[in-house]
Amino acid sequence: MGKRVGIVGVGQTHHASHRLDASGVEVIAEAVTRCLDDAQTTLDAVDAIIIGNMDHFENINYVDMWAVDGLGGCMKPVFKVTTGGTTGTTVGAAAYYSAASGMFDTVMAVGWEKNSESDTQAAIATCANPVLERDPFAGAIGPLATEYSMYMKAYGATEEDAAIVAARDRNNALNNPYAHNRMHVTVEDVMNSPMLSYPVKFLDMCPRSDGACAVIFAVEEKAKKMCDRPAWIHASVVRHDYTHFGDLEWQWMPTLERATLQAYKYAGITNPVKEFDVAELYQPCSTTGVKWLDSMWFCERGQGPKLIRSGATHMDGIIPINPSGGVVATNPIGATALIRVAEAAWQIMGRAGDRQIPNVKKALATGFGGCSWSDVFVLGADLP
Amino acid sequence: MERVAVIGVGQTKYETDKRETFHELVWEVANKALNDAGITVREIDNVVTISSDFWDGRTISTMAVSDTSGGYDKDITTVEGDGTFGVLYGMMRILSGSFGTTMVVAHHKGSESNMAGITNTSFDPLVERKLGLDAITSSALQARRYMTVSGGTEEQFALVSVKNHGNAMRNPFAQLPMDITVEDVMASEMLASPLKKLDCSPVSDGAAAVVLAAERSAKKMTTNKKRVWLNGVGHCTDAYRLGDRDLADTRALKKAAKKAYDMAGVTLDDIDVAEVYDAFSYMEPLWLEGLGFCEDGQGPEQIERGNFTLDSELPVNPSGGRLSANPVQVAGLAGVIECVLQCRGEAGRRQVRGAEVALAHGINGMCGQSHCVWILGK
Amino acid sequence: MADWKSEVEEVVFPGKICVPYSWTVGSTLSRWYVQLRDDGEIWANRCPSCGTVYVPPKIKCIKCYKDMNDWVKLPGTGTIETFTVVNKERPGLDPKKPPFVYAVIKMDGADTGMVHLIGGVEPEKVKVGMRVAPVLEKERDGHITDIKHFKPIA
Ligand SMILES: [Zn+2]
Repeated sequence: MGKRVGIVGVGQTHHASHRLDASGVEVIAEAVTRCLDDAQTTLDAVDAIIIGNMDHFENINYVDMWAVDGLGGCMKPVFKVTTGGTTGTTVGAAAYYSAASGMFDTVMAVGWEKNSESDTQAAIATCANPVLERDPFAGAIGPLATEYSMYMKAYGATEEDAAIVAARDRNNALNNPYAHNRMHVTVEDVMNSPMLSYPVKFLDMCPRSDGACAVIFAVEEKAKKMCDRPAWIHASVVRHDYTHFGDLEWQWMPTLERATLQAYKYAGITNPVKEFDVAELYQPCSTTGVKWLDSMWFCERGQGPKLIRSGATHMDGIIPINPSGGVVATNPIGATALIRVAEAAWQIMGRAGDRQIPNVKKALATGFGGCSWSDVFVLGADLP
Repeated sequence: MERVAVIGVGQTKYETDKRETFHELVWEVANKALNDAGITVREIDNVVTISSDFWDGRTISTMAVSDTSGGYDKDITTVEGDGTFGVLYGMMRILSGSFGTTMVVAHHKGSESNMAGITNTSFDPLVERKLGLDAITSSALQARRYMTVSGGTEEQFALVSVKNHGNAMRNPFAQLPMDITVEDVMASEMLASPLKKLDCSPVSDGAAAVVLAAERSAKKMTTNKKRVWLNGVGHCTDAYRLGDRDLADTRALKKAAKKAYDMAGVTLDDIDVAEVYDAFSYMEPLWLEGLGFCEDGQGPEQIERGNFTLDSELPVNPSGGRLSANPVQVAGLAGVIECVLQCRGEAGRRQVRGAEVALAHGINGMCGQSHCVWILGK
Repeated sequence: MADWKSEVEEVVFPGKICVPYSWTVGSTLSRWYVQLRDDGEIWANRCPSCGTVYVPPKIKCIKCYKDMNDWVKLPGTGTIETFTVVNKERPGLDPKKPPFVYAVIKMDGADTGMVHLIGGVEPEKVKVGMRVAPVLEKERDGHITDIKHFKPIA
């Protein structure tokens, strides 16, 4: 069987809407350098590198080749994985499996994006099938708005419920020096922000950011030497759905439910709300912060609004969600899901600064992308 | 370490202007690979697709094939690059203990895209891209550098094209089986000196799939005859800018090859057949140097001596190679499949007698910046 | 699968991905391009650790991963390490009408080469080992094409 693997170092850039001070390769180098510093190591200790982003956001073919100066990848094993919004967790999973396989002792995962360098929605629209769905498909906001209005009708969720999530995450971001959008926001501010696509308003929706994230995964023997409190990988699971938008189930998130249940099984989680000390979730829009909770078995079907209104997911609640500010505060797409894993790891390692939740033993991180695809990581302070 | 076997393979015929869609091509080869392994899609517990958003003209290009690859409701992921790297990740997922049986599938339709424009986007938009470099012109720079360093000639490179197109006449999957001469290659249209049309691989469409299985399940699932083991692999990346490298230096390939040989516990003498990345004729002798089969600078001369023909000690590219069909993401995976067929003794009229250990090689990036080397064995 | 085409017309949709891009040049190459544009000079940078001199400049040494703050002005001259004469037209890509010459030029005072065009000479006269110097555009906008081409020198 494979080796046990822990995260021993994490680095991320200061994310922003336009990082005009740094080229793509420089943004990558910034994250890599900080990751090496966090792990108190050098590139010599990195055996292999996995990188990912989304091609049409920067128009760089063979990003794994172009990035070697920033990665420190010259004369090292490097390859690229990419799956859309889930790219960050895809990169993390590839680094995890590479180490667990016994082929490499330490593997660095790097996700990055400079969304300022293109028209994000124009690029995303090309994910739809060119002969069936591309012409009517209009980017990421429409499907998210549609699924929440269905959920509102089915379960009595409200626009305010989403606004509570938006305000929670945006205020949490004030504690995160790396976050892109850091501003004090009230529920009223969210409700009064411009309507993008009913019921999604401007402050409900994620931004597009420039940034990068790097995470070093190490096999047990190495991890114990490199870090006094590694974040051990207890589970990594991916589930994909149909690939035509018209075929999807919109009222709940089948992929998220299937992926989390499998991950809980691997990690021995039976009561996620009680057993997780913190969750960093890829919720591209505050509405999903209400709607998707039941698919993770955080509550009964349709009970997301009740959980949100109870305050259980706030910083002082029983299951704090997105202490970092989450995706509505920061979204360099190819890095976004890896930042979830990185933030969850920092919570376990006790390195989360002003956003630290006390004594985190188990953390959940997710990725979302593609055609309603879900990735799930379970991290723990104890060996799996 | 547990071993991983290839238990099923499938490939389309490689052609230009195929009218099947990506997902139809993948459907065809995924089914062929499952049938070859004698299993159903239910026994596949994870999928690695290989695709490129650039060549597919689609963001999240894996969306086109994640249904027909068998990925629905499964753990599926995507490698962007050559198929050999997809096999690498597929194997590591099994060795991690998380999975038992991996479908690895690649697709490519060069006929639906613009090779020059797309390979131009491999160059840094901040420096070289505006000069208009692409795969052929940058490879031409590498070819000339190699001639300068090795003393090789265009005629010696042409012999590679003659040999590989000739081998393709024995491969029903190849796109360009041709009985040609050195004179034909030399007289073909000059694209970017010293590269002529017949020194360059064609624009190809096609797909290929392999099913990988952990040792623990492979022995239950298939017969001894079908199983071919992935015994060694190595990959390594060189510097990015062409001017950062000596284009005739194969240090990244040397490092990748050493790792693969050490892991498999083989020496060069053990290798019976090799599928080497020959998107351009000069690449075959250059990479044969990196792989250790020729001393540095001796590749062209050894080609001239006929050292790598089908009836030689070490037949190279019995399939016809990339010169005879180059569906970019698929290319190295097709080489892996050829090695599987050779080790099984199923390579038909191009069968290398007694082949037990085979080498497959793929590259990423321009002028062979990154290499992946495989050792397969019975 | 092969015979469906005899029953149904093959339909093909043309398409194009139209996304505008703007690439941030960053600290290292911005400095390089401003020097080229304003002063007509080609600079390189040197690794403080191993001494390797890079042109175009690097953000990090590719051998040592050290920051590169040590700048050196190059004479601009160099030697053709390899070249190709591009004969076949590539619409939309060619910087000029074929035949024209690309080369890797090993730059004097640096350890690396630059890829650029060779001009001011008949393509068939270009040779490996030829000494060349840059010819700059008069109007420069801070891009690699501020160097019009490299031309042979005695
Ligand atoms: Zn150095």
